[in-house]
Amino acid sequence: MTMSPNCGTEALPTTPCCRGLARLRIGGSAAVPLLALTLLGCMLGSLCIGAYPVPLTDVGKILLGLSLPEPLRPAASWSDAEFAAVQVIRLPRILLAVLAGGGLGISGAALQGMMRNPLVGPDLMGISSGAACGGILAILFDWPSWGLLAAAFSGGFLALASAWMLARLSRGGGILPLILAGVVVAAFFTAVHGLIQYTADPENKLPTMVYWLIGSFAGATPAKVDILAPPVLIGGGMLLMLRWRINLLSLGDLDAASLGVRSAGLRWTIVALVSLIVAAQVAVSGIVGWVGLIVPHFARMLAGPDHRRLLPAAALTGAIFLLITDDIARTVVTQELPIGILTAGLGTPIFAFLFWRLQAKGWSHD
Amino acid sequence: MIEPAIRFDNLGHAYRPGRWVFRHCSAQLERGRVLALLGPNGRGKTTLLRLLLGAMKASEGSLVVQGRTAFVPQLFQVGFDYSVLDMVLMGRARHIGLLSQPSARDEAAALAALDRFGLADLARRPFHELSGGQRQMTIFARALVSDADILILDEPTSALDLKNQALVLDWIQRLAGSDGLTVLFSTHHPHHALEVADDALLMLGESDFAHGPASTVLTEDNLHALYGIPLRRLAFQHGGETMETVAAVWRNAASA
Repeated sequence: MTMSPNCGTEALPTTPCCRGLARLRIGGSAAVPLLALTLLGCMLGSLCIGAYPVPLTDVGKILLGLSLPEPLRPAASWSDAEFAAVQVIRLPRILLAVLAGGGLGISGAALQGMMRNPLVGPDLMGISSGAACGGILAILFDWPSWGLLAAAFSGGFLALASAWMLARLSRGGGILPLILAGVVVAAFFTAVHGLIQYTADPENKLPTMVYWLIGSFAGATPAKVDILAPPVLIGGGMLLMLRWRINLLSLGDLDAASLGVRSAGLRWTIVALVSLIVAAQVAVSGIVGWVGLIVPHFARMLAGPDHRRLLPAAALTGAIFLLITDDIARTVVTQELPIGILTAGLGTPIFAFLFWRLQAKGWSHD
Repeated sequence: MIEPAIRFDNLGHAYRPGRWVFRHCSAQLERGRVLALLGPNGRGKTTLLRLLLGAMKASEGSLVVQGRTAFVPQLFQVGFDYSVLDMVLMGRARHIGLLSQPSARDEAAALAALDRFGLADLARRPFHELSGGQRQMTIFARALVSDADILILDEPTSALDLKNQALVLDWIQRLAGSDGLTVLFSTHHPHHALEVADDALLMLGESDFAHGPASTVLTEDNLHALYGIPLRRLAFQHGGETMETVAAVWRNAASA
């Protein structure tokens, strides 16, 4: 048998939706630097805005004053109130929002890639509920901040591992068992933390628990930044190093095994890193839902599906998204809105749209 | 004596204790040869491929696979819109450290493999947008770039039109012939096995197998036992050459 090595050039038609997304795509190499610049601009802008506006020039001088040694610092042209607004109130809050958003974005992208499923996220998989359960247990027993972090991490890891194992019990596999397993686990942990709240002291512990669960960056302090930064930077850094391996995992176990990839160990490593990041985020700012689910989709539109570019893009997009949402939460109305409510309000319609779009695309792989 | 690329003795697998998919399966495949694996649905072809790929451990028996394997699954879709180049690049996984990223050299190797299959111009296109035949060729390129010694294909011609089926079969022969790869493929088409395979393994029953040179094993009796319908081996002339094919007798197949 002899044939030309060149196979037919007929191709499947692309859907209008695919073409639309392709137009939005910035291009692999440009997306990440552009997003990094945007984040920097958003951070500077966020330092300026608020109930007490501070001019950009003063913000710049204050930041230089904070970062340069004594002889090089610019002359103080700002008031004490401006300094307090930038350094004491806004800077920790902005850093917290950036770290939380970046962590949730990269976690969501890693989970979606690893599970070959664009409709999973830390919240749907029950990690946030598990971490919240651990957290309010820590509040109930007056554990110190590291105890709260450890309890939140243990809860988050337990929830994700349970959801994953439950989904594996389904012989058919596929998208639905995975989502249902996450829903079941999230419901279980929600019931458990409901029970803990029911037994909590209504005068003292209960309000703390409820406020913490809603999710907010209002109580941001440098100490909270210190708690959140190491898990996000270490966990996120390791996920970045594994980003190309996530491409391989997204092919499925059999295909990955044939390429020499030891899927099981790699998956558990990613699960542990994601749990660490999400649990740390929940520990310092409560449940901030939907970010890990929807942000990777925006990042994918901008940087493409290759996880080598997607993971850094998702981290930056998550940081920008949560920073802007927090700016809205603290500036739009006099009474500050809890960010968890805002992200849920934005996330549900976006999720509905994504679900509809994937159905329209004929998502069919297992 | 030449060491076979694949050898298994008394191989058996059960997903649940006592519920054997198959057992007492023995065969070997020498380097550079092509083996076709045939059996009805549910007889355990995919299970056997999974065992050969090391994705599962056999419940009993011994299995030796000498060399790197590469897998070409049935026509499939990937969950994400990776480019054709990204797909082929994944074949370099064994050459790239756990925490490393593919280098320019890996990318050049992937492009060279795509070029061999006439797909270099499509390297930046989304994999999903390719035709079925182009997708299979991309996965062949991925296997080639992995420097595999053994190519394992799961029903590689399913869901392809006749032209692309011929293309896939042609490449199986080329990769075994000129590249010296050992190839094992599962199929529901006995005529494909007769056309390109040196050897065939027929999974007739839970513990009943026929293994040997394809032209010897693919008898009308064996094929009837395999599929439960009459099949005929037919000889015909093409380009001055006598060729053989297998045709199924479809009439009254439901009551056969």
